[in-house]
Amino acid sequence: MIRVELPFHLRNLARVDSEVQLEVASPVTVRSLLDALEDRYPVLCGTIRDHDTLKRRPFVRFFVCKEDWSLEPPETPLPEAVVRGAEPFLIVGAMAGG
Amino acid sequence: MSTIRILVGTKKGAFILTADGKRQNWEVSGPHFAGWEMYHLKGSPVDPNRIYASQTSGWFGQIIQRSDDGGKTWNTPGSSPEELKSPDGMMPKGESNKFVYEGEVGTHKFYDGSQHPWEFKRVWHVEPSLADPDTAFAGVEDAALFKTTDGGKTWKELPGLRGAKGNLWQPGAGGMGLHTILLDPTNANRIYVAISAAGAFRTDDGGKTWKPINRGLKSNYELPDPDAEVGHCIHRIALHPSRPDVLFMQKHWDVLRTDNAGEQWSEVSGNLPSDFGFPIEVHAHEPETIYVVPIKSDSEHYPPDGKLRVYRSKSGGNEWEALTKGLPQKDCYVNVLRDAMCVDSLEPCGVYFGTTGGQVYGSADGGNSWNAIVRDLPAVYSVEVQTLP
Repeated sequence: MIRVELPFHLRNLARVDSEVQLEVASPVTVRSLLDALEDRYPVLCGTIRDHDTLKRRPFVRFFVCKEDWSLEPPETPLPEAVVRGAEPFLIVGAMAGG
Repeated sequence: MSTIRILVGTKKGAFILTADGKRQNWEVSGPHFAGWEMYHLKGSPVDPNRIYASQTSGWFGQIIQRSDDGGKTWNTPGSSPEELKSPDGMMPKGESNKFVYEGEVGTHKFYDGSQHPWEFKRVWHVEPSLADPDTAFAGVEDAALFKTTDGGKTWKELPGLRGAKGNLWQPGAGGMGLHTILLDPTNANRIYVAISAAGAFRTDDGGKTWKPINRGLKSNYELPDPDAEVGHCIHRIALHPSRPDVLFMQKHWDVLRTDNAGEQWSEVSGNLPSDFGFPIEVHAHEPETIYVVPIKSDSEHYPPDGKLRVYRSKSGGNEWEALTKGLPQKDCYVNVLRDAMCVDSLEPCGVYFGTTGGQVYGSADGGNSWNAIVRDLPAVYSVEVQTLP
């Protein structure tokens, strides 16, 4: 199971209390993970990436195994630790506004 | 006895204020959507329990919320538990927050006069239809008009509006937002909209084609041609449902009126201490009684002399009286934004407005006296009132 941590406002929007667990077919990439997340929680469509272009929203970042994956190509396979659920995939609102 | 329900959008959530027809004791519910910018909430005149809300964030974009029980519970249209249990088992995609311009996106004028592509940012105003609770219009930034006919599940642009010299529109200080949508109660094909800074526009064919209606407006310091057909920074227009050809306008500077559906405007600022301001409203039962809140200037967005004064004209403009009873008359430096004033339909007429300091003031006697219904909300973006039987 893939573990996904959402930021506070998206947890509220999706009505989940804690991290989300998803089944994602291999190979697991940022794109396939987000596809699965949006399939499970349609209300999140458009909040993390653009509806049509699927481009990440500018003030959303992705953290993986203590590294910033925001600028990684979406087809890049995620690390094994994320795939087997040892580490979560973090979706984070960019630090902005003081 | 009637119930009054006020829908308040703020910088950090929505609040719902309710009272009986005496309008003395208020209950405050909220924050709903805590931490989100709530630009506007408005109920359907046909089904008052159907409320649309614009929820927005610089981080996560636009969300449309809908309540079908008067604001007790909310759902993004198309994703309620009932709708998710569709017979075919298909999960609906989240499309209620999808606002895509029709056709070639095109460009508009930017702050520096150069051309800039249209980019959707947020919904400023939702105007439910006068006839059908599933139909509503959304005014958005960058300025365009969208329509839903399925209760907010999907939205489609009425692109003819941007064809009305959209390349000459430009953003005001708050962005290029379509903030005012007025539906003619006597003619379903006639809609007025206002945009900062583009002007006022009218359609007479249900939104297919639009014409600028800005003749008589003068913008001496904002436009190289003060009498330009488009480009004026209109802050708000208002009408009384009994006379939909008569419109009142608070422009960047100047208060104006038209008696012929916008074909010609004339200034009625009269003896106002400043004719800069944002909201303008019309009394529910007296079509020539109008309200504004003068603000010192476009550089100083607070009341003149630190005195929060609503001004009322009972003659459709030109002659104004200050309404001060119950409002702070010293050291007050709040603003009142364009969507943050409204009237109920009780007798006597109730008038309400919210401030950037978080107060919502109400008057149960047409503006003669005021009370703070609530004092310490986040900055108030919008105030709408529902008069419930």
